[in-house]
Amino acid sequence: MSENPVPMSAAEIAQAVSGRKITAVAATEAALARIATHDKILNSFTDVTADRARAKARAIDAAIAAGQPVGPLAGVPFAVKNLFDVQGLSTRAGSKINRDLSPAPRDATLIERMEAAGAVLVGALNMGEYAYDFTGENVHDGPSRNPHDPTRMTGGSSGGSGSAVGGALVPIALGSDTNGSIRVPASFCGIFGLKPTYGRLSRARSFPFVASFDHLGPLARTVTDLALAYDAMQGPDADDAACTTRPVEPALPSLTSGLGGLRIAIAGGYFQSNVLPEATEAVARVAKALGATQTVEIPEAARARAAAFIITTTEGASLHLDRLRRRPNDFDPAVRDRLIAGAMIPAAYVDKAQKFRRWYRAKVLELFQSVDVILAPATAGTAPKLGQVNFVLDGVELQVRPNIGIHTQPISFIGLPVVAVPVPLEPLPIGVQIIAAPWREDVALRVAWALEQMGVAAAPAPRGI
Amino acid sequence: MAEHLDDYIDAVASAMALPLEDAWRPVVRANLEVSLRLARLVDEFPLPDDTESAAIYAA
Repeated sequence: MSENPVPMSAAEIAQAVSGRKITAVAATEAALARIATHDKILNSFTDVTADRARAKARAIDAAIAAGQPVGPLAGVPFAVKNLFDVQGLSTRAGSKINRDLSPAPRDATLIERMEAAGAVLVGALNMGEYAYDFTGENVHDGPSRNPHDPTRMTGGSSGGSGSAVGGALVPIALGSDTNGSIRVPASFCGIFGLKPTYGRLSRARSFPFVASFDHLGPLARTVTDLALAYDAMQGPDADDAACTTRPVEPALPSLTSGLGGLRIAIAGGYFQSNVLPEATEAVARVAKALGATQTVEIPEAARARAAAFIITTTEGASLHLDRLRRRPNDFDPAVRDRLIAGAMIPAAYVDKAQKFRRWYRAKVLELFQSVDVILAPATAGTAPKLGQVNFVLDGVELQVRPNIGIHTQPISFIGLPVVAVPVPLEPLPIGVQIIAAPWREDVALRVAWALEQMGVAAAPAPRGI
Repeated sequence: MAEHLDDYIDAVASAMALPLEDAWRPVVRANLEVSLRLARLVDEFPLPDDTESAAIYAA
């Protein structure tokens, strides 16, 4: 398969549009043309909002012509996982059932903030049903496909987000990450993904999954684009009870300040077992480039993953109880059967899991007194084949679905900020988690930017389209 | 154990008015077995009695 040329980055588009070298309309039409050509293979979009995008692009060009400020993302096309409310669309969240909802009356907060910065929404993206998924497969809409090999998974549940950015249909997409749903598709599709600190970015007017763990964040092909989107979306929001009231803490000003003074360690134990050789190789390359030799033990990571699993399945069940009763046959059967089982977990176990979470958080925060960054694999291996049921880890045959997220779950469990960086191995890329202390997205992004400059992390051109 | 779990599944499904067709039962039971195994892993970890839940709430 040949490489498909990658169009301009978001930063390049914004600079060209602001500088009147290209119009926002031209940038938008280019994205719409790429979607029309390549999404027949990738199946990343469920809705293309072409009329809205063209109207927004014309407004940006008119503002520029009138000498008005247009924002740091002027004319940048972007798309969102279809659990974000998009005015005029039913927020399907990957489901059949939600298609019967009334069209959303207002955009999600993060869409409003991206557009306030000049970005142009071009559509909504495929995802695993109700975000209870690590594969990117969807029984209602078909699977999103990996841009480097369409016979392989994108990862999920933000599968369309991974595919659309990995395939360079748009430079930026938004996704959600409850247990790994930004970091897993970023790993399989070879792109950068930011799962911010829990509470950093507003979730208002997005369809939830597990309120204790739900995060929203951007995926992009460069670290600068990731930081541009992240900075544009920050800020308090009374419409999300978990959203922080901290002031905006932009990451861009320190993005290029290098590694000086940062103490970087490799996660040992749990994070070095249950991995395939490519994951070990990717972490080793990143660690070598960063000069990281120290190993730290994240305590009780397996139990943390277990507790995350229990809280996920019970909060997910609670969210969907009524739909399970009314329309059980309209669910993806695999999702339905997990949710029904989740409804049957005794409450005492769930409370214990939330108490363990408090203990685990305190222990992991102690680690950040002696290190600034921890490195860990994002996934156990590169993208499995679509429909693949089992894979072999450490000589043991395991199910693919429940084991894809075993290295991401213990991190999102306590809301730590993570940048997943793509290591462009052959034949397929794979991600490494750059994990920082709470509210230090700037540190994780700095490290990601340094790795990108060294060529150790890079989003490879799509070869499957 | 398997029989007890089947009885438990029937009882909870009935108490919560959850639908449960025979064809779904093996997968529901397999999922529940995994969840209970993981829940026991958490349960067996000793925590101080005064440990607060991490569920989010602010008055």
